[in-house]
Amino acid sequence: MDSRPSEAELAVKILVAGGFGAGKTTMVASVSEMRPLRTEEQLTERSIGVDDLEGVERKTTTTVAMDFGRITLRTGLVLYLFGTPGQDRFWFMWDELAEGALGAVVLVDTRRLADCFASIDYFERRGLPFIIGVNTFEGAKPYTPEDIRIALDLDPEIPVINCDARSRESTRQVLITLMGHVMTAMARR
Amino acid sequence: MSGHEWLDEEAGPVVRAFWLTGGRTASDNRTDLDLMTLVVRTPEPVYGSLLLSPEHEAILDLAHQPLTVAEVASALDLAVGVVRVLLGDLLNDRRITVRRPSSVARFPTTRIIEEVIHGLQAL
Ligand SMILES: Nc1nc2c(ncn2[C@@H]2O[C@H](COP(=O)(O)OP(=O)(O)O)[C@@H](O)[C@H]2O)c(=O)[nH]1
Ligand SMILES: [Mg+2]
Repeated sequence: MDSRPSEAELAVKILVAGGFGAGKTTMVASVSEMRPLRTEEQLTERSIGVDDLEGVERKTTTTVAMDFGRITLRTGLVLYLFGTPGQDRFWFMWDELAEGALGAVVLVDTRRLADCFASIDYFERRGLPFIIGVNTFEGAKPYTPEDIRIALDLDPEIPVINCDARSRESTRQVLITLMGHVMTAMARR
Repeated sequence: MSGHEWLDEEAGPVVRAFWLTGGRTASDNRTDLDLMTLVVRTPEPVYGSLLLSPEHEAILDLAHQPLTVAEVASALDLAVGVVRVLLGDLLNDRRITVRRPSSVARFPTTRIIEEVIHGLQAL
């Protein structure tokens, strides 16, 4: 088992969000110091239907995978990355994921820009600082960060940067940008 | 189709989860055991009433050093819900203690964020 942790005294939590296929799993894996791991959250959903008329509550169980990564910054300071589930059905899981998070990266695939709207809305409502990472997929038209900012109707202080989720170096830059933004957001409070 | 994201069709993990927890599910989950909660083994040997399953033992092996609930689930390849039930057993038996590493997350100081940035730059 290669997941033996270091002393996780101070844990910093960051979320990686975005639509399906935007590169969340790839980004978490590119910087994680361990084999990409996924935690499964077991869900119990109430099914609403005929059963309710009979007073029977039927439960169905599904399992959803989450991306999970770890970067030890120094002994006693560990950064955890959580990829958010991309599907609308799992919105209720976001509250737990967002609990205690310092900030979020919203990955954008410019071919499917609308897929990230829900994530942006969520973080805005929650007041969680986030930045936009524009993933560069082959065959996608090149957009400037400014184009994206306008298309997403973002506040001017929210950083929008191009990235390649497959690259550790690029992902590292994304995280540094996010932390800088978190710092700015804190100073404003 | 998002095959790798969706495990609904795979009965395996769910059946296994049911088996490991004796059918205990969400209602027995410890809500204080969130993903970032740190778990650590109690240093002194305890002789509790809990009959340890291999999964309980595996958790105790991992928890020689503090690790998060999320890491336990990942390492054991079990659903977080199941891990919560198992951790709840170990907690009741005082074989582990838990604490929330919440100071950073909830009240981040500029100094810690600077440290994170420096740490990332040094990677
Ligand atoms: N060209 C390119 N492909 C990427 C990038 N990030 C992810 N991909 C690819 O896009 C696909 C979907 O990525 P994945 O990380 O699974 O997306 P997720 O659904 O958000 O987790 C995979 O085949 C990745 O290899 C990127 O930055 N550039
Ligand atoms: Mg994924």
